[in-house]
Amino acid sequence: MLTGFGLFLGGWYLAVEVWRLPRFAEMPGLTVVVKEWLSKDPTYGLSLYTPEYYQHIGRSVWRVAQAFTLATVFGVPLGLFLGWSRRFRDHVFPVFELLRPIPVLAWVPLAIVMFVASESAVIYLAFLASFFATALNAMLGVKSIDESYLRAAECLGASRSQVFRHVILPGALPFIFTGLQISVGVAWFSLVAAEMVSGQYGLGYVINTSYSMVRYPTIIIGMITLGVVGYLTSAMVRVVGDLLMQWRVRELALRGQA
Amino acid sequence: MPAARRPEVTAAPGREARPFAEAVPSRGAIRIENVVKVYGGRSGAVTAVDGCSLDIAAGEIFMVVGPSGCGKTTLLNAVAGFHDISAGRITLDGQVLCDGTHPQAPRGPDRVVVFQNGALFPWQTNLENVIFGPVMQRKLSKRDATDKAMDMMADAGLSGIEHSYPAEVSSGVRRRVEIVRALMNDPKVLLLDEPYRALDALTKSVMHEALLRIYYKNKVTIFFITHDLEEALFLGHKVAVMTTRPCRPKTILTVDIPHPRDYSVLTSKRFRELTRETSAAVHEEALKAFQSGEREG
Repeated sequence: MLTGFGLFLGGWYLAVEVWRLPRFAEMPGLTVVVKEWLSKDPTYGLSLYTPEYYQHIGRSVWRVAQAFTLATVFGVPLGLFLGWSRRFRDHVFPVFELLRPIPVLAWVPLAIVMFVASESAVIYLAFLASFFATALNAMLGVKSIDESYLRAAECLGASRSQVFRHVILPGALPFIFTGLQISVGVAWFSLVAAEMVSGQYGLGYVINTSYSMVRYPTIIIGMITLGVVGYLTSAMVRVVGDLLMQWRVRELALRGQA
Repeated sequence: MPAARRPEVTAAPGREARPFAEAVPSRGAIRIENVVKVYGGRSGAVTAVDGCSLDIAAGEIFMVVGPSGCGKTTLLNAVAGFHDISAGRITLDGQVLCDGTHPQAPRGPDRVVVFQNGALFPWQTNLENVIFGPVMQRKLSKRDATDKAMDMMADAGLSGIEHSYPAEVSSGVRRRVEIVRALMNDPKVLLLDEPYRALDALTKSVMHEALLRIYYKNKVTIFFITHDLEEALFLGHKVAVMTTRPCRPKTILTVDIPHPRDYSVLTSKRFRELTRETSAAVHEEALKAFQSGEREG
């Protein structure tokens, strides 16, 4: 892991500050960015020591948290029902499949018109992308369940709702959590896009305004911060998934894939 | 209702023939009468089962032998209620499970299936799996079910793995857990669909003895599907050798080796005689299946 980071940062340093490759002429160098980031008195007003930095992070995280929670609360049940009930799928899935490919950015104007407050528009956009990923994976999770588990449950006298609770839900859980990992990623993706278009505060907003105000090192600080925060949220989803699926953790460990 | 027909008990030298009939349960007799199953497909209809009649007495181990793809699983699925039948009738203790007017049998805990590839829920511990049936049906409280499960698992030599997940125990142990899970429901019939198919020969022979031990404790009708003739002769009171597509009994054989049996039966003279007598019929059907190139069904 350290080697990878070393190579990446070394490459950046060499490309910008030593070799001065043509494409990298306007790009801020590693040392400039690190100095700015760690400075108590940053040239462009944003560093680890300024409270604004944490306000932006806090805003973005709070928006993603809301969008992700809503997407999970609505997406997981929708996906489970899509996978479970044939009739429900026949009615709902075609609409779902038509809405799903619409890129989040195409929703931006409509979102701004729908939600006058820019805050809810931004959350809505992050929610949308997240929601489709969650619902689709939950549905695939149900479809991935071996038919013999359903038959076995029926043989053992489980009612339809018991089958849902004790077979469909736990059986789909691995896929649901794969979906949630993807969903938290796309939530960040669409959040930043939305913040760039119509946000106040937030990391996307930082990157966009830093661009228009020619604060290039701050752009890089915003990007790196997104990487770190995005990684942390994704890791949190994974930890929750592992806690809920001890059986799977142990199974994979036995197969030497953990 | 026909009287329960038991295989003749003949004393083998050096082994006491225990009169088996005294413990025969009065429930779990299956009659399969002229069952037909036609699958409609794009490439035309396939008759998987045709005019098949079998009479399985209560408390009997009934083995159905046929090559892969001969249609024997279709028969089991019809009894279990996973598929409908096209014609004929299946009764359990005189009650109709399915016939021309109700082509699909209800699924329920009186006929529990043990699946070919195993169907223990991987997200539940072995113990949770075993208590699933009675707890879902609200026949037992979780605590009572756990007590019963612990006893039954101990009887089946499964102590110590209660709180492990199925993936953490060997496939042989998983099969035994699955059989105990089925027996927890006090089923009339246990339907086994090639449960030992994936096991190696040595594990298989251990599993056979384990199954018999479980059977001697819980006299339940066992309808067992296999492509392994030795397995059929070792376990069964009766062995039906099936024809290939359409599936119907070619010969039905009563295995006159007394229960309880153990692995020494495998080397006995009578066992070898029976194997010799039957293997020609099985081989002939296997050859037919091979030549027609039928796949798993």
